[in-house]
Amino acid sequence: MEIVYVYTKKRSEFGRQCNFTDRSAELHINIMPEESESENFIAKNPIDIGVQVSKEYSEHEVNTIRFETENRSINHVEGGWPKDVNPLEPEQTIRYRKKVEKDELYMNTVVQLGNVMEHVIKQNNAIDIYETYFDDMTNEEVEDLPTAKTINVFRDPNPVQRTANHISWYIDGPKKIAASYCNLEFKKARSDACVDSYIWDVENPNKPELTLKPISPLVCIEFNPKDTHVLVGGCYNGQVCIFDTRKGSQPVEISLIEKSHRDPAYKTMWVQSKTGSEFFSSSTDGQVLWWDYRKLQDPIETLILDREKKGDIKNAYGAMSLEYESTMPTKFMVGTEQGYIINCNRRGKSDAEKIAHIYPGHYGPVYALQRNPFFPKNFLTVGDWTARIWSEEIKEDCIMWTKFHMSYLSDAQWSPVRPGVFFTTKMDGTLDVWDFLFKQNDPTLNIQVCDEPLYCLRAQDHGRLIATGSQSGTITLLELSDNLCTMQRNEKNLVSTMFERETRREKILEGRIRELKLKEKEKAGGIHDGADKEKKDENAEEASLKEVDPIEKAEKDFFKIVEEEKAKRKKKMDQNESNTENQTEKNEEKQN
Amino acid sequence: MSVSEVEETIKRISAHKGVMGLIVVNSEGIPIKTTLDNSTTVQYAGLLHHLTSKARSVVRDIDPQNDLTFLRIRSKKHEIMVAPDKEYLLIVIQSSDTNQPLH
Repeated sequence: MEIVYVYTKKRSEFGRQCNFTDRSAELHINIMPEESESENFIAKNPIDIGVQVSKEYSEHEVNTIRFETENRSINHVEGGWPKDVNPLEPEQTIRYRKKVEKDELYMNTVVQLGNVMEHVIKQNNAIDIYETYFDDMTNEEVEDLPTAKTINVFRDPNPVQRTANHISWYIDGPKKIAASYCNLEFKKARSDACVDSYIWDVENPNKPELTLKPISPLVCIEFNPKDTHVLVGGCYNGQVCIFDTRKGSQPVEISLIEKSHRDPAYKTMWVQSKTGSEFFSSSTDGQVLWWDYRKLQDPIETLILDREKKGDIKNAYGAMSLEYESTMPTKFMVGTEQGYIINCNRRGKSDAEKIAHIYPGHYGPVYALQRNPFFPKNFLTVGDWTARIWSEEIKEDCIMWTKFHMSYLSDAQWSPVRPGVFFTTKMDGTLDVWDFLFKQNDPTLNIQVCDEPLYCLRAQDHGRLIATGSQSGTITLLELSDNLCTMQRNEKNLVSTMFERETRREKILEGRIRELKLKEKEKAGGIHDGADKEKKDENAEEASLKEVDPIEKAEKDFFKIVEEEKAKRKKKMDQNESNTENQTEKNEEKQN
Repeated sequence: MSVSEVEETIKRISAHKGVMGLIVVNSEGIPIKTTLDNSTTVQYAGLLHHLTSKARSVVRDIDPQNDLTFLRIRSKKHEIMVAPDKEYLLIVIQSSDTNQPLH
């Protein structure tokens, strides 16, 4: 249906001024509702209408102008002297001063100002309005949730990805970290890969402060605690090298390759010495070597971690981790590739004496080993899927352990400031903070640092900053919340009692096992007769089951023969025993 | 007024507890009289002369009829007190904690 309304106007009236008047409405068309159409509609009650009430957001990006800084300085020189006085001539200045001092105005002013000043000084000395009250009050302990936040991320500038294997903190304050980079995956090391390692300024993630250029990639690096310019690194090819940050990127000293390790020098550690120049290194070839960096031609001392204590390198355990506590300079510990922990004493005369005790440890390499900084008798190890805490006294088992995790653990360290706290890194890219006074089953804090495996961690000496290194060479710097790095009230005592309690428990268990073993031995003598009879019955049964499976039959025959042999021997022994018993009985009877 | 009277005033002020130094500076910022060593004196004189004239102009800008009569600067280590006049400034450095040395 088309509705047309025609409006007409004379040609002569075009453009003429309009003259509007009121008039009644007129109806041009009227369309009535069509009844038939209404039948097509379906009435709906109630009606569903979607309505959404939410805030609308928009996204904007603003790039602020970069803040540029530049250094400027002003040189101040003494001035303001009258023209005829040269300030550099003491005579003239003294004469001028004398002149002023005799001036009447000067004298009046000074005396008058002196009075004002004296009044103020007296005020100050009468009452200290800036006195701090409650100076000796200690802060209330904050009961916040433990947290950690990422402060900085240092990415390996090299395009070929390498793992950050080891981190060392600068000794004087949290300013720098040294990190060693090396690809340790089997057969993945590329010949064209970069061998550089870096020293980073904690504030500047854009560019390393210094690039270290060893001859072979570094697997570990350590700042010298006595001389902050000197670092020791262990190379992938087994050599150890010394860097001096004052002398550039190249190593200043390198050990001879034929006198060095035959496997990667996985750990190096500085040793307490007068000169501060001694260190020791360990490797999976089973050697521990002591060095003095002033003469790196030969190691000072060698120890082979032979399990039979004969100094045979073929039977040696490969060392994965080292522990050295400067308060116990003659002792050290080694965590091995086979999962054992070896407690050593450097003072021993032979290799056998040096290896004091071998603790059973993990189902795989011991990746981290550290004594508790507050209770050095207790040490922490990490390997397979657990972290374990040991006591030196308990030789057979650990005193505390974590549950088996879903992923491998790669590194661990005690908190340097809290005796009951330690950190672990895992292959799923998480960092765990354990506070076992608070919780023993689960970590107090679990942070996903990155999506790739974490390989190492190192806490700064103040305990607040933790650096972690990942598979692709990314170092993440984390800051812990206050409650994780301030010692809690009475913490030391509580941790001490906990260690003692667990040690005691292990001791009791050990004693109990020994007792049971003894009892079993005693019992074994009495049981034999009965056991023999049973065995005979079994044999009879077996004989009746003929013609089964040739292999099964052969097996049964074999075991039958073995069993018979065993039974014979036992019978003999029993007879001997019973004879002796009879004799003793007879003797007793005689005596009676 | 005599020279000895001035000397006596200075001595008296210096004798007060915690007073570490006294400097008289003229309107050009030249130290006339001091009980401190030369470099410290020049530094204090130059900087405080500036600050005092700034402080004075602030007070006068707010109210032209007003004037600066005294300036106290409390710092972690000391309190620096400046008594200004038309021609001269008297500066006294007093330690906030009486046991601390000047630098």
